[in-house]
Amino acid sequence: MSPILEARNLQKAFGGLKVIDDVSLRLEPGDRVALIGPNGAGKTTFVNLVTGNLRSDSGDVLIGGASVTHSGPAERAHRGLVRSFQVTRLFQDMTAEEHLALAILERDGKTHRLAGSYRAMPQVMREIGILLSTLGLGTVAHRKVREIAYGQQRLLEIALALALRPKVLLLDEPAAGVPQSDTGRIEAALADLPADLAVLMIEHDMDLVFRFARRVVVLAAGAIIFDGPPQAVTRDQRVREAYLGSYANVRRAH
Amino acid sequence: MQSALSVAVDALAYGMVLFVISIGLSVTMGLMRVVNLAHGAFAMIGGYIASYATQMLGIGYAAAILLAVFGTIAIAIPIERLLYRRIYGAPELTQVLMTIGITFMIIGIANYVFGPTLKTIPLPGELRGALDLGFRSIATHRIFAILCGLAVAALLWFLIEKTAFGIKLRASVDNASMAAALGVRTEIIYAASFAVAVGLAALGGVVGAELLPVEPYYALRYMVTFLVVVSVGGAGSIPGALVACLLLGSIDTAGRYWLPEFGEFFFYLSVIVIICLFPRGLLGRRA
Amino acid sequence: MRAGQSTRRVSTDLVGIAVILAAAGIGFLLFPDNLALLTRIIALALLVLSLDLVTGYCGIATLGHAALYGAGSYAAGVAAAHFAISDPLLMTLAGITAGAAAGLVCGLVILRATGLPQLVLSIATVYLFHELANKLSSWTGGSDGLSGISPSPLLGLFAFDLWGRTAFGFGVALLLVVFVLLRILARSPFGMLCRGIKEDPLRIRSMGASPYRALAKMYVISGAVAGAGGALNAISTQVVGLDSLSFTLSAEALVMLVLGGTGSLYGALTGTVLFMLFADFVSAASPFHWLTMVGALLVAIVLFAPKGLYGSISDYLARRRGTA
Repeated sequence: MSPILEARNLQKAFGGLKVIDDVSLRLEPGDRVALIGPNGAGKTTFVNLVTGNLRSDSGDVLIGGASVTHSGPAERAHRGLVRSFQVTRLFQDMTAEEHLALAILERDGKTHRLAGSYRAMPQVMREIGILLSTLGLGTVAHRKVREIAYGQQRLLEIALALALRPKVLLLDEPAAGVPQSDTGRIEAALADLPADLAVLMIEHDMDLVFRFARRVVVLAAGAIIFDGPPQAVTRDQRVREAYLGSYANVRRAH
Repeated sequence: MQSALSVAVDALAYGMVLFVISIGLSVTMGLMRVVNLAHGAFAMIGGYIASYATQMLGIGYAAAILLAVFGTIAIAIPIERLLYRRIYGAPELTQVLMTIGITFMIIGIANYVFGPTLKTIPLPGELRGALDLGFRSIATHRIFAILCGLAVAALLWFLIEKTAFGIKLRASVDNASMAAALGVRTEIIYAASFAVAVGLAALGGVVGAELLPVEPYYALRYMVTFLVVVSVGGAGSIPGALVACLLLGSIDTAGRYWLPEFGEFFFYLSVIVIICLFPRGLLGRRA
Repeated sequence: MRAGQSTRRVSTDLVGIAVILAAAGIGFLLFPDNLALLTRIIALALLVLSLDLVTGYCGIATLGHAALYGAGSYAAGVAAAHFAISDPLLMTLAGITAGAAAGLVCGLVILRATGLPQLVLSIATVYLFHELANKLSSWTGGSDGLSGISPSPLLGLFAFDLWGRTAFGFGVALLLVVFVLLRILARSPFGMLCRGIKEDPLRIRSMGASPYRALAKMYVISGAVAGAGGALNAISTQVVGLDSLSFTLSAEALVMLVLGGTGSLYGALTGTVLFMLFADFVSAASPFHWLTMVGALLVAIVLFAPKGLYGSISDYLARRRGTA
């Protein structure tokens, strides 16, 4: 199968520090990939390079075979590359319904309409209804974001991403900061993602990684050190060193 | 048509006066991130004090400068304590409104106390003449203004690069919360920088009175010029401010001599072009 | 639920229209000899509404908004004085077109930067327009102002009379039309997009929208509204001066907007009316005290009513209703 998202030899340095050093990655439709790595490994930087929020020093990004290396985040989003944010960045004064309406209208190229309202567009309303009920947000449809619980905000992040009908979805720690009682909902939402969607998820919670991912990519010190099935990752010597190396040294010193 | 030399001298003098007044604004903007539209008002207060001291009290020029600098600082510090403190870290619009409000009040009060007329600060004999270069002569006052600008640049460079205060100041500009965590008392650094900035504004107001005449609308008339200089140079950058002052001073002076019918058209056109090309200013720090 | 919401929206619009008409009626009864002042308030209200579109709805701080108003004013004036287009509706159309064009130019320039440089760009553009109008004195009359504007009767029926009744009526009608259109705009998909951009432009970009394009478009719309105000000014006073393109007018418009409260059409209207009435009473007494008072007013708003008078009062009422 041809890759829907391809990163080729991406490099990024801040000052003299190489944060991403020659990283390549391919995602195919239906992929469920977890991107893990120790703190400071460059995971978020990598996602920002892929989405166009940061410009890479060299290398290419392709969506569906076409280069988007020189396009900004807006153009990449329109081509089907959608992300969620690590810290929820929702619009505090907008209702959940308005968020989804905005995303759907933007996807359909209707946000530049100067009159009318999404409420008068039956198709948009129907789609909003489906998204809200899929993610269990029906009860907060008309609440402003500032008034809804954090776990629900994370669910709304996912709904918002789905409303853009992505081909590739980048999830940056979708369950971070969510109380234990609500993580089940988020996991269910992840399990229900469309089958042909390619998903790349940054996550620290290894339980979630093992349940969700069919492929794990480990980033350490700006380079990919492992790319394979979840069962193999814990047995990999380099991964063990990258994660445990510092502790092992401490042990030895004692 | 004016000779190129006299235009150049005027441009240099004007640029240096702009530098003396606006460098304080640049440093405080880089440090406290306050868009201070009232900076020109402090230069104007300096001008009024010096004018009053020389005309009414018969004090000498040098003493009047000192009185103006310290008098303006004395007036500005309560304003900083009472009003500026409230807008550190506030949205830009809030800062703009507060400082425009302060400017309007100062203009209104100056107008009420001193009247709408232009105030002069008589120069001492030594600065009144002209220096004969043989083929041309240059007004001594222009040379004095240029020297003042150079002296301020040199002193600031020394203060910022070579003293303990300078180290703390640079640390606070770079990262205020980190500096505070390292034990730098940033609020004292802020207050001291504000005082230095206001004092320099007052100095520039007095020394530059020949080029920027002291009258109540001074604060509004040149508000934009000072802001433009800081923005073009890049907030917080001394070399940037120097380059911007000399560049914009030259454009403005040349325009006034050679194309007076265009007014300040070319001045503002170049401001727009420069900022569009360098949105962070000529020598501004990267975000 | 949905039907209820939309009827509530329409009814608040009707209340708005009724309030504007009532205010106009009260003004007409209170100041029968000074309708020119009321018409000027309406013209400036259009400028302040226009400013609210970019500052209140999109979060752009600008001190150069009079450029759009002045462009409209001069376009309407030049059309009448040099091209014999004296029909007031065509003059207004000229003003709207020129305002929108000026909005496009200013928007493209001002949106190049953010923060302090953006503020400085806005100031530089209004000065540039001012200097240009001064230089093109054969068209604009330069510092003497542009005169020779005599609009023909409105719709061929109502002549512009000495007391300014026709101008006032025309102004009220223009304001109502703009108000209704802006209410529609605020609720539209585009209005929603702009709210999003104000809060988090980066997030909007990752949803696929370009903030620059949207804001430039809003600048054009804003220019059309300001241009309509400028044209009304040219039609009612029959002269256009350089002050209509000034930094001072830009700053005053910002003060009016903030006095009322940004981000709501009612706030913009309230601020304009209060400021202008205040100005009329105080500045007649003494221009010196006028500036001091405006300054004190600004400082007081920042310290005590940061949401403006309308914003603070409606917040207070909402809280009372919440606790009751």
